[in-house]
Amino acid sequence: MTQLANANANVVVEQLKAWNAQAVSQVIGHRGETTIVVPRELLRMAAQQCRDNPALKFNLLSDVTCVDRFPIEPRFELNYQLVSLERRDRVRLRTSVSAEHPVVDSLVAVWAGANWLEREVFDLFGIQFEGHPDLRRILLPDGFEGYPLRRDFPVEGKR
Amino acid sequence: MTTVETPVGASKTMVLNMGPQHPSTHGVLRVLLELDGENVVSAVPDLGYLHTGIEKSCEDKTYSQAITLTDRIDYLNPLGNNLVYCLAVEKLLDLQVPKRAQYIRVMLVELQRISSHLVWLGTHALDMGAMSVMLYCFREREEILKIFERFTGQRMMTSFIRIGGLALQPPAGWREMVKRFLDMMPARIDEYESLLTENRIWQGRLKGVGYLSAETLINLSTTGPGLRAAGVAYDNRKAFPYSSYEEFDFNVPTRTESDCFARYLVRVAEMRESLKIVRQAMDKITDQGDFKADAPGIVPPEREKMKTEMEALIYHFKIFTEGFSPPPGEAFATVESPRGELGCFVASDGSPKPLRVHFRGPSFINLQALPDMVKGQLIADTVACIGTIDIVLGEVDR
Repeated sequence: MTQLANANANVVVEQLKAWNAQAVSQVIGHRGETTIVVPRELLRMAAQQCRDNPALKFNLLSDVTCVDRFPIEPRFELNYQLVSLERRDRVRLRTSVSAEHPVVDSLVAVWAGANWLEREVFDLFGIQFEGHPDLRRILLPDGFEGYPLRRDFPVEGKR
Repeated sequence: MTTVETPVGASKTMVLNMGPQHPSTHGVLRVLLELDGENVVSAVPDLGYLHTGIEKSCEDKTYSQAITLTDRIDYLNPLGNNLVYCLAVEKLLDLQVPKRAQYIRVMLVELQRISSHLVWLGTHALDMGAMSVMLYCFREREEILKIFERFTGQRMMTSFIRIGGLALQPPAGWREMVKRFLDMMPARIDEYESLLTENRIWQGRLKGVGYLSAETLINLSTTGPGLRAAGVAYDNRKAFPYSSYEEFDFNVPTRTESDCFARYLVRVAEMRESLKIVRQAMDKITDQGDFKADAPGIVPPEREKMKTEMEALIYHFKIFTEGFSPPPGEAFATVESPRGELGCFVASDGSPKPLRVHFRGPSFINLQALPDMVKGQLIADTVACIGTIDIVLGEVDR
């Protein structure tokens, strides 16, 4: 996109590493976007850092998405798009969870907007968000069985 | 089953079901209202009545085929949806779009913004009882739809913005059509304002209704006119410019009251700003020039070339049968839709079909603020609040 999106990328990596060296397992720079891979256990704290650290100030959670990498393990890759309104900066936090234990901490306590975003990921992929105040389906009917956006769910649906 | 639990003994409240079939929910939205008389104690939206699995369907199509699905997400902003998806795929491909195509994209997307705000204003006024405004807004919108039909062949589901540029050259006579619209429109917006802005009933219905602080809105991930009416001047066109917006001169209207009336004023001002942008774009677009990138294997060749040159024929065949494969990776593109930050996340695994396409729909995310907005207000205010958030159910549910 623009230079702006990447110019401050190092600030985020630096600050996160300074806070906790293990928070940054990988940094991916691709097409002007920065993705910071965070271990699953440190996600909530890293997200809190991103929001509260005065050098980062990522106050807007723009999006939560999941990519199903089936059959590669760890299977589910969660992507969190953050925006700092004041610093005009974007960053992506990423963490991965396995198929046997698709559980990750909920970020509702960090950004209230994570509520419906995480419900959608739960609804379509079956990821459990620990600590979510109201984790139930949002788009599909309540009695629906299965998680349609998983790669092993057929696009025509199941009868 | 989505329900609202009323504690035993607390017989004061009643649960009223609003929707999914309701004239004022702007689509198939169901809201469960727990009422204490006329006052709303809590509102629980129940979504999914328009969920058609667009994101899943995109995974089964090639990158170019998926464009037709994107039109239908936010059906009042098809060109915007096309644009955000194409920007994301162009990012993945590292494909540069020629300036002229970017200017045409800007012009069309801004016309789309005006048409979307006209529908919003017309339906919002209708909900509040100002029924004639609806017909005036739709009359002007007809002119924009005629422009789109001339350009793209379609009034709504245009699929005109393609990967690498546009589908076609601008049609003959387009300048006169757009100029006629630009000359007519400012007076019409003045007309709407004369009917509404100073109107005591309009002000009475909207002032002080649906207030949320800027901090709450940011925390709830609200973007767009709702956030700008709270004083936060966040607009993707200025903050993270795309498609040559940095070359255009326009303002981002904001207010501070953060109520329904402020959001009305912001959207009307945005219509005027969009007219400015369309005029500038019209001046920048040259009569001759490229309307798409030169990228054989990704952007289809001109039809004449395809019929006479062997290479072009082969490229055409490959693009429309197998499709092209972007290198593995992910991209997240955002645009400023009439509703807020519209984003598209595309993940490629190196195959001709996307691994994952996800749309960050501002209607879905902004709707999250509804329960907080209506708490403690009257049922009539609920209708105002649903209208003021400006939702399109196609985008909420996908």
